[in-house]
Amino acid sequence: MSGIGTGYDLSTTTYSPDGKVFQVEYACKAVENGGLAIGCKCKDGVVVAVEKLVQSKMLVPGTNKRIHAVSKHAGMAGTGLVPDVRTVVDRAREEAANYLSFYGDAIPANVLADRMAHYYHLFTLYWSVRPFGASVILATKDSNGYHMYVLEPSGECHKMNGCAIGKNKAAAKTEIEKLKFGEVLAKDCVKELARVIYKIHDEKDKDFECELGWICEDSKGEFRRVPKEVADEAIALAKAALEEDDDMDDA
Amino acid sequence: MEETPVDFLSIPVSTGTTILACAYRTGVVLAADSRTSTGAYVANRASDKITQICDNVWMCRSGSAADTQNVAAYVKRMVEEHAMERNGTGFRENESNDRAMMVDVRVVAKLTQKIAYENKEKLQAGMIIAGWDRVRGPQVYGIPLGGSMLEAPFSVSGSGSAYIYGYLDNTYKENMEREECEKWMTEAISLAIARDASSGGVIRLVTIHENGCEKQCVLPKDHKVCDGELEQVATTTTAMV
Repeated sequence: MSGIGTGYDLSTTTYSPDGKVFQVEYACKAVENGGLAIGCKCKDGVVVAVEKLVQSKMLVPGTNKRIHAVSKHAGMAGTGLVPDVRTVVDRAREEAANYLSFYGDAIPANVLADRMAHYYHLFTLYWSVRPFGASVILATKDSNGYHMYVLEPSGECHKMNGCAIGKNKAAAKTEIEKLKFGEVLAKDCVKELARVIYKIHDEKDKDFECELGWICEDSKGEFRRVPKEVADEAIALAKAALEEDDDMDDA
Repeated sequence: MEETPVDFLSIPVSTGTTILACAYRTGVVLAADSRTSTGAYVANRASDKITQICDNVWMCRSGSAADTQNVAAYVKRMVEEHAMERNGTGFRENESNDRAMMVDVRVVAKLTQKIAYENKEKLQAGMIIAGWDRVRGPQVYGIPLGGSMLEAPFSVSGSGSAYIYGYLDNTYKENMEREECEKWMTEAISLAIARDASSGGVIRLVTIHENGCEKQCVLPKDHKVCDGELEQVATTTTAMV
């Protein structure tokens, strides 16, 4: 076995003898150091949620967002290295705008996902660049309905009904698997995702903020942050559920 | 300059034309005459001015034959590329791959308009894009000389169009059935052929709907007889022995 320290992990341009590209795998590790990001396909849209780890008590609450709009009908929730997320979002915005001006129509979900996967993949091919240490959840609407895709540092792109990326993604996945994808309504799903974020959050970690975004019938088919009242309610419920769980544990 | 009999050699080939496209309840019909002229000379009396761009979108061409043929070729290439990116390797998600080359009509019109506008100084091309798609249903887009794009229930272009605007505006009906629409359009083209010197020949029709498209051809002997016109005599050819 060849692994760390054998010289095969310095560049994406060399495979290890057992066919791995270590730099890409390290990039995936970088993603797991970021907060948790989860998403769910609903009956009437897609909802995403991010656990934004807050590094300092002096940070202004509600700034340094992890959920970004790409166009009117697309948005991204990212985790991992924050600057990398921003670069990816910038590119997605460019792709969406380019497509609109060239074809005169909003970019279809699968085209945007494919183009973004292609962009990710480019950074796994040359020694002079570093793969993105960021994963994003892409939530979009097009003429075929609502869609959710997950993009990974390797350039892989999957269309998902439910997903979790970043810190503690395995634990989050088991929670999300319990949701009824495609049946639950977006306004109910917001509560579910907030609950998962609070449940999975590791108490050893510093403070965090729960960010919520959606694209659904309630947001008139446009990608938006979940309105404050709805988000506050969901977060209050999540906190209550958490305390209930703790009481159960204590009992 | 005095015209010599061979002057047509230096005059560009143009489809002095009548083209027409109209949406009916569940699809669209495109219609055109078949005369291609070079000045007063009929270069082709049975040309086809309705060009297929992809499975569900066709284009009516008027103006310079060379310009419009090339615009159509460019658009076709871009649309094919777009269809591959959008529909993947033949599959549109959750749909069978039998209509892999289905593209939004609007996208085809937009691409055509882009070329028409960006090259407006050089082109002599009036086009009509018409087709059917799953999202917006039957659609007709006129792309006239300057490179603008107008969506309309029906659109006419070419030299013959001037003679039939009034007829079309007065007799157009919304939500026609297919046969009614085809008949109305055939009649309109035959009226244009009767008055316009640079429209003539057969009437070609293309009908596009949910399940595909069909071509038809109406021979001069079957055209509507216009005011004071002599009825066309059906001719028979006897083989020489």
